[in-house]
Amino acid sequence: MKKKKSKNGYYFAITVAIIYIIVLIINPRKTGNAFLYSLGIFKKIIPVLIIILIFMWLLKFIPRKKVKKYIGSGSGLKGWLIVALAGMLSHGPIYVWYPLLKELREKGMNNGMAATFLYCRAVKIPLLPMMIAYFGGSFTLILTLAMVVASLLEGIIIQRVLS
Amino acid sequence: MDFQKSYKYMLKTIKGFASILPIMLGIIFLIGLVKEFITFKSIATLFGNNLITDVLFGSVAGSILAGNALNSYVIGGELLDSGVSLFAITAFLVSWVTVGIVQLPAESAILGKKFALWRNVISFILTLIVAVFVVIIMGVVS
Repeated sequence: MKKKKSKNGYYFAITVAIIYIIVLIINPRKTGNAFLYSLGIFKKIIPVLIIILIFMWLLKFIPRKKVKKYIGSGSGLKGWLIVALAGMLSHGPIYVWYPLLKELREKGMNNGMAATFLYCRAVKIPLLPMMIAYFGGSFTLILTLAMVVASLLEGIIIQRVLS
Repeated sequence: MDFQKSYKYMLKTIKGFASILPIMLGIIFLIGLVKEFITFKSIATLFGNNLITDVLFGSVAGSILAGNALNSYVIGGELLDSGVSLFAITAFLVSWVTVGIVQLPAESAILGKKFALWRNVISFILTLIVAVFVVIIMGVVS
């Protein structure tokens, strides 16, 4: 099973490479820009990737019981607050956090809390001033609060559906 | 700290990470293509018909597009100036950061197909609920 999954990754990467070759023939200029843009993203996320690698490494030292206690099914309100806050504070694109969440889940984090963490990443604290500038203070406040509530709702639903 | 244990854990972490690197790189390079080939202008032309289709386009476009949320503010701001409803723009902003079609292959490979599908479907439904809620409250406030 594990082997199949890791192969899927290669198939996916190869598929993207093939798409690049096709669009390169259709529109070389735009494809070049897309490649450079992606390279830029990769360079930008290297620091986040390193931090996540360190987290994943440190996590291996933490016993399963501890993880379960704080962000497991029985952790209650405290667990939801921890993952919501962590989601809001986490940096970088969403996909760099998948591997760490996978490890956390293997150590006892529940599915709903993983979903709440991912949803709470929608609240971008450093970007709040920009959102206020574009859409106003009251819109930003209402939307932010609504998204926090939605993140908890999503977590609870996912937990119900997947358990 | 046990040095040998630390070293073993480090190797395990790097090995685990290396196995998901191809899919992560695939996603990053796919995002570049989406960004370059789906322009702000082509998104803007989708809007302006009626409220329901605007909301639908807003949430679908936000779900497909990925990248820095700041880009969604810029596009949303321009749409707002050109008279597109706040309902559609809110749906666009929320789905941009909560639904990820481009990232779906990575999410399902790493976190499981069932988890990824359910999470994105529920996020999409919640996008519409959040948009309705925010617009109603905004109406009450102003």
